[in-house]
Amino acid sequence: MTAVSATEFMTEDMRREIKEIIKRYPKRRSAIMPSLFLAQEEHGYLPDEVLLEVAGVLDVPEIWVYEIATFYTMFNTEPVGRFHIKLCTNVSCLLLEAGSLLPHLEKRLGITCGGTTDDGLFTLSIVECLGSCGTAPVMQINKTYYENLSTQRIDQILDELKAQASGAHRTIQSRDDGQEGVPA
Amino acid sequence: MTEKVLMKNAEAPDSHRIDTYETAGGYHALATVLRDYQPDELIKLIKDSNLRGRGGAGFATGVKWGFVPKDPALKKYLCCNADEGEPGTFKDRAIMEKDPHQMIEGMILCAYAIGAETAYIYIRGEYTLSVQRLEAALKEAYDKRYLGQRIIGSNVSLDIYVHRGAGAYICGEETALLESIEGRRGQPKLKPPFPAIEGLYASPTVINNVETLACLPHIVCRGAEWFRKIGPEKSPGPKLYCLSGHVRKPGLYELPMGIPLRELVEKHAGGARPGRKIKAVIPGGVSAPMIPESDLNVCMDFESLAAADTMLGSAGVIVIDDNDCIVRVATRIIEFFAHESCGKCTPCREGLSCAVKILRRLENGEGREGDLEQLDFLCDGIFGNSFCALGDGAAWGLRRALQIFRDEFIYHVEKRECPFH
Repeated sequence: MTAVSATEFMTEDMRREIKEIIKRYPKRRSAIMPSLFLAQEEHGYLPDEVLLEVAGVLDVPEIWVYEIATFYTMFNTEPVGRFHIKLCTNVSCLLLEAGSLLPHLEKRLGITCGGTTDDGLFTLSIVECLGSCGTAPVMQINKTYYENLSTQRIDQILDELKAQASGAHRTIQSRDDGQEGVPA
Repeated sequence: MTEKVLMKNAEAPDSHRIDTYETAGGYHALATVLRDYQPDELIKLIKDSNLRGRGGAGFATGVKWGFVPKDPALKKYLCCNADEGEPGTFKDRAIMEKDPHQMIEGMILCAYAIGAETAYIYIRGEYTLSVQRLEAALKEAYDKRYLGQRIIGSNVSLDIYVHRGAGAYICGEETALLESIEGRRGQPKLKPPFPAIEGLYASPTVINNVETLACLPHIVCRGAEWFRKIGPEKSPGPKLYCLSGHVRKPGLYELPMGIPLRELVEKHAGGARPGRKIKAVIPGGVSAPMIPESDLNVCMDFESLAAADTMLGSAGVIVIDDNDCIVRVATRIIEFFAHESCGKCTPCREGLSCAVKILRRLENGEGREGDLEQLDFLCDGIFGNSFCALGDGAAWGLRRALQIFRDEFIYHVEKRECPFH
């Protein structure tokens, strides 16, 4: 086992938390996914150094961690903006014209899909169904669902997030409660 | 007005809290079972209820439990499949956000029936509020001794852990789900052995959907006969239907199994939007082939929909009106499946990406003669030859769309344009 000590990529707390996660499973390999979520929460994405650290703390081969980080789309192996916009374009959203929302977002942000704004605030992605089809079109920004979207509503949301980023009074966490979207 | 069962607490303030659940009779089923039922008797009760899995395949729940070996020396696992990723589906999310204890109590009942002392909830990673609600609900249940060692003074023990998925649709397939919990890429495994014999960590495992588990406390409290009398005898019970697309009132509806699709769409969801007519309906998420408006009298149960060459699936009902293009919808569906193909088998991985190229070409007005025949050929090659149901579902849906709406596809080839966009 690697010694428990903090590094640039892994705090003491994270190491402790990963060791707690291991106890939930009979095999350490199962702890890779939850550990990567933890690390991504901390760093925003998963650079190679973090993957190696996770492998070290779990005492599993590095390739096991690498294959999980690259197979599952929610793990970002490249940096993303402070606000990661994920626009659903699957059928129910498509039928309610989510297709027109993508060019609108691209124009407003000045980036193409997959890109990040120069100020590092926004990354724009399209995703598959978010499971909020009754309130389509929908997008998720970090952990929060935004539903029944229109171009006007998107403008309003982007303005709020920009204001939030420039003002100190509201932290990301205060918006990250996932409370906006509850179906039905 | 139909009595609500699964959503009876949903409108209550703090519906997700244990106090609300207990006040409405929650955890009464657990106490009853621990006092009055042997595990075999509980399995018999669920068999008698004719409860069928709500995740898509519709397998008889009690029969599935019955496959688990009785040997007490064998460790067994229960996994709740909360990886709701079928496009058009949002029912499990509603249960987990609004009334998670229903599902947790169902899990304890199932674990007792099969002799599992460890259970995992495999939940899709995007559902952050559901994860929060479940974790809070599990803590409440532990505090009340419904979970942990010696549940409410009995000899029964159970620990439940939440395991977040990370954006792979294929992990809703049960063997891929198990692979994912074991810390591997979500790729389906060959069956047999079936999970009930050799599942998680090579131990006997039952995998049940959220809504399936949520039905269990109600069956215990009100009896198998009560349950069987809701809807058709072979596919009975309360059911959550997810309505989306071109209807006036999209949303979640709890109604009996087997109600006519037309009633669901026209009466409950308000029918087509003003000035529009319904053209087609996908009855069970995008893995289920669409049916034309003329077939809307079909009933929403496993047998009736199978007879209509489609399926109940996840009951994600997507309505398409006469102002939209079937080729566009089919293209988006096949793009989805091509994106989510795990890459393990050739027919699905190569066949679907090939179909996407042709479909995009048609929709962009660049269709060529022979394209439709090429799509027919691909459907035949993928269907029945894929490793799991992902490829089969994709090919089945595309094949039906090509058959039912052939004229629309032909128009795209001949006119080299989309009449709608």
